[in-house]
Parts: sequence; structure tokens; C-alpha cells
Amino acid sequence: MTGAVTISAPVAQGRRSARETFQLLLRKPIAAVAVAVLAILIAFALFAPWIAPFDPSRADVGPRLSPPGATHLLGTDLHGRDVFSRVVWGARYSLPVGVATLLLGLVAGGTLGVILGYIGGRLDAIGARVVDVLLGFPAIVMAIMVVSVTGVGLVNVVIAVAIADLPKFARVIRGATLVARENLYVESALAMGAHPVRVMALHVLPAIMPTVILLGTLNLGSAILSTATLSFLGLGTQPPAPEWGTMLNDGRDYIRYAPWMMIAPGLALFLAIISVNLIGDRLNEIMDPRTQGRA
Amino acid sequence: MTFIARRILGLVPILVLTWTAVFIVFELIPGDPVNLMLAGVPASEEVIANERARLGLDRPPLERYFTFLARAATGDLGESFRTRQPVTKMILDQLGPTLQLAAAGLVVGLTVGLFLGVLAGLRPGSWLDTTCTFTALAGSSLPSFWTGMLLIYVFGSMLGWVPIVGSGFDALILPAIVTGLFIAGDFARLVRTSIIDASRQDYIRTARAKGLSPVKIVGKHALRNALIPPVTMLGIQLSNLIGGAVVTENVFARPGLGTLLVDAVLNKDLPLVQALVVYTTAAYLVINLIIDILYGLIDPRIRHSRRVPT
Repeated sequence: MTGAVTISAPVAQGRRSARETFQLLLRKPIAAVAVAVLAILIAFALFAPWIAPFDPSRADVGPRLSPPGATHLLGTDLHGRDVFSRVVWGARYSLPVGVATLLLGLVAGGTLGVILGYIGGRLDAIGARVVDVLLGFPAIVMAIMVVSVTGVGLVNVVIAVAIADLPKFARVIRGATLVARENLYVESALAMGAHPVRVMALHVLPAIMPTVILLGTLNLGSAILSTATLSFLGLGTQPPAPEWGTMLNDGRDYIRYAPWMMIAPGLALFLAIISVNLIGDRLNEIMDPRTQGRA
Repeated sequence: MTFIARRILGLVPILVLTWTAVFIVFELIPGDPVNLMLAGVPASEEVIANERARLGLDRPPLERYFTFLARAATGDLGESFRTRQPVTKMILDQLGPTLQLAAAGLVVGLTVGLFLGVLAGLRPGSWLDTTCTFTALAGSSLPSFWTGMLLIYVFGSMLGWVPIVGSGFDALILPAIVTGLFIAGDFARLVRTSIIDASRQDYIRTARAKGLSPVKIVGKHALRNALIPPVTMLGIQLSNLIGGAVVTENVFARPGLGTLLVDAVLNKDLPLVQALVVYTTAAYLVINLIIDILYGLIDPRIRHSRRVPT
């Protein structure tokens, strides 16, 4: 490593308000489009019963495997269920599951990271080494292995992916904690006899919050993708549920005869992931101190 | 040499630690392995007792733990519940197809990633940069199982250009593209950043001042130095590649470790899952060790520092 590494706090002088950040976010057209797409998908999730024309799990609302048309906008599947309704309801599964996975991973990995970074010393040296080792292990393989222990199911997939993502979060948050710990106010709090837990919660945590938020937005897309992947592999959400990954799994045997069965849910999944990633990228640009003023 | 010896010795405690964790986790799985193995088939008490004795389940936990470690180290982790074959053999049989897919995916991923990254890095902020960066981001946002199905639909079903199943070279094309796209996006971003950083260096300014053409500057000076950081990231990309191969195998119904793992999990074939965990972690640790040693050989600063810089 070169000696001249300057470590700057994640947020430089003057924090922006959430509103200002949002306005900056929209200033780049592609990010604005991403916000709009994500808003539509969130609307799907919130208002699914009113948007979807049919019951997503009722069979034979139309002829089986019929192509997209006026009544069935995106066609029907092998059980005669309406694909559009299932895609709309799918947002209710895929999006919250992704968010839950991300939050669980962030809280667990973040706690570990803060503890390691704050305590330091030998514990940190060993912990950081273990995290490094885990970090390079294929996350999806790790998640599959966890499912082998916890068993198949939606909740288990959330836990599995959160565990697989944990080292990623722990590492970054440990780094941020190391920086935050050097602040004078942390030292003075300790000098005043504050309990370490109190210092971590009241002084370190607020200082690393911007990093945590950024880490979250940059990883939401991959959380949505990983949980959908496990459902696609048959390890997560189980069939009649209209989850996008499960729908893709249903559609794989009908690629030739009814491609709409896999095109629609895959597109929804892709749009969700790419819009979340674009927003995360843009936030990264805005919040990065090196591009302050230019963003 | 002491550097290498130290690193190899350092591997042993990590391996033992990992395998200990694997042992504990598999001990915690609810349900008796013999019941899982019988999968509901009725059996007499005697048969069950015999089977438990044969698997060593009647021994005290500590003894089983040491037996497990010894067997893991010697590559004998029992037989599959389902096929009754030795699990080590089953894994070795599936290793080839996965490595083949990963290698082909690596070629595709590096080519696409390098192309996009260089184009984007040449003129940061230009429309070309925006387009390439967006393409790279879109690439890493694509669910690979969906891309796989789309490719099967377009090139296999509609156009009929390539076979969808089979073991020949042409059946490898689509899976290689899907696996490659899995890493191309990340790689492109790395190359882009690296090119931008490199073009700010003094020797590039000198080359420009000498009046060299932009193509020559990039090809001869910037690219060579810019490639060092992305190449050192290959170790991390390797794990993405394996992850990608696991999903791709499933989509294209190809044989391989990914298919083996998913099937083993779905069938609750515990010895097979356990062996897969034991050997993938070991393989992963060894690969990282090799990469570490190579860095040490390339860069003496790493060799002489006590801790590996992170």
C-alpha cells in the first residue's frame, strides 16, 4: 500500500437535507426515469388488489397458455392464471423480501462491523481476517448452503441471503467505524466515563450512518436479485405464490410455447434491480465528498 | 520461501476452524440422519440401529468430530443418501463441466468487460462513457437466469442457431455468455476507473506532449498500467464466476457442481451437501492462498509486511 492514503469522512462539511438530496437525484435524467419506474413497481406492490384485473392465484380465469391480448394483457400461464395480475402481485413478494433481506444483513453485519472496529485489538484482527475470508466466497453458493440447513422457504431464504451478505456489510462498516472512532468527541465521551455501548450507539452510529445508508442503496438490487435467484432455483417462495423468481421457474418449461410466461416477470425483476442500482449509483455520486459540488 | 511456508501453515488453522463450523452446523440440523436417509420408508429397529452404527452415529460427539476432521482431510466423507456412491467421487465427476463453463465465462466476461471499460474510460463524461457505463450497469442488473431463458428463446427456439442441450462446444456458447455477463459489468467498471486514473499520470502527459496519437497512448501506455488493479481483482471475480456458473447450469440443465449442490439441497442429501461445503471452502481457501503468494512474488512490499494489506 502506498503511504499517502487520505481517509476522508463519508460526508464532508454541511449535510444536505433529504429533500435537497432527492432534488439532486432527479437532476440526472436516467436517475429520474429510475425513480419513476421504481415508483410504478412500488405502486404495484401497494395497490395490487386494485391494479390487477384478476385474482393472481385463481386458475382458469382464461384459456391456458394463451398469448398476450386485450383481456389478458400479458397472456396466461399453464394453469390459465393471468400473467399480468401475477406480475403486479409479484411486486408484493419480491420487493419487500429484498428490503427485509437487506435490512437484516445490514443490522447483523453492521453490528459486527461496529463491534470489531470499535473494540479493535486482537479480536478485530481475527474478526477482520475471518470476514475477509468469507467475503470472497460466492454469496449465492453460501446462501444455498444455508438453505440446506434451515430448509426451503421464503423466511429461510431471507435469512440465508442476509447471512451470505453479512461479511460485505461488516467489512465496510468496520472501516467506517475505525474512522469514526478517531473523532475527538468519541474520545471526550469516553474520558467522561461513558459506557462503550452508549458511545457506540450515540456517537459512533450517527457518524457512520451516511455510509450505512449508501451501503444499503448500493446493495438493495443485489438483495432482490439473490432472493429471486433462490426462489428460481426452487429453494425460496414455493409455487402458487406469484413471486417473480418462482414465476420464472414456472416459465422455464414453456419457453418455446409460452415465452410470455418468463418474459414478463423477468422484465419486472430486471427493471426493479436496475432502477434500484441506478438510484444507488446516483446517491453514491451525490454523497461522495470527492464529487461534492460537481454532482 | 519462508513467506510461502508461513502462508501455507497459516491455512491449517483456518481450514480446521471452517470444518469445525461445518461439523457443528450439521450437528444442529434437526432430525436423525438415518430417518432422513430412509425418507419415510419403514424399517425395523434393528436396521436403524445397524445403520447408525455403520455411520458412526452411536459414537460420542467429540469422537465423531475428530473422525470427521480426519475424513475431511483424507477426502473420504461417506456416501450419498440417494445414490450410495462415495460423495468425493460424485463431486470430482462434476468438477470438469463446471470448470469448463467458468473458464468459457471468464473469457467472455473479460472480453466484454475490457471493451466496455476501455471505451468508457477514454473520455470520461462523454456520451460514449454514459452509454458504456449504463450498459455495464444493466449487465450487472440482469438476472442471469432470465438472460439465459431469453437467449434460449431467441437463439435456440426462434432462430435455431445453437443447440440448447448437449455437451459439445456449440452447446457451451449460450451458457458461457450468461456466465460471462455475470462478471462483465463489474469488470468494466473496474477497467473504466483504472483507465481514468492511469490517464492522469505524468507519463501519459509526457506521451501526449510528445504528440503520440490517442490510440497509441492508450494502447501502449495507459492500458498496460491500468490493467494491474482489475487483474488483481480476478480473485474476487472468480467467486462471482463460480456463483454465476451455479445458476447458469441450472437454467441450461447442464451437469456440474451447481446442479449437484441444488439437487443435494432439494433432496436433503446431507453427506453430499456437507462434502460440497467442506471441499468448496477448502478449494476457495487454497485458491486465495495461491493468489496471495503470487502477489507476494510480484510485489515485495507485501512479502515483507506482516499483515496482508486489505
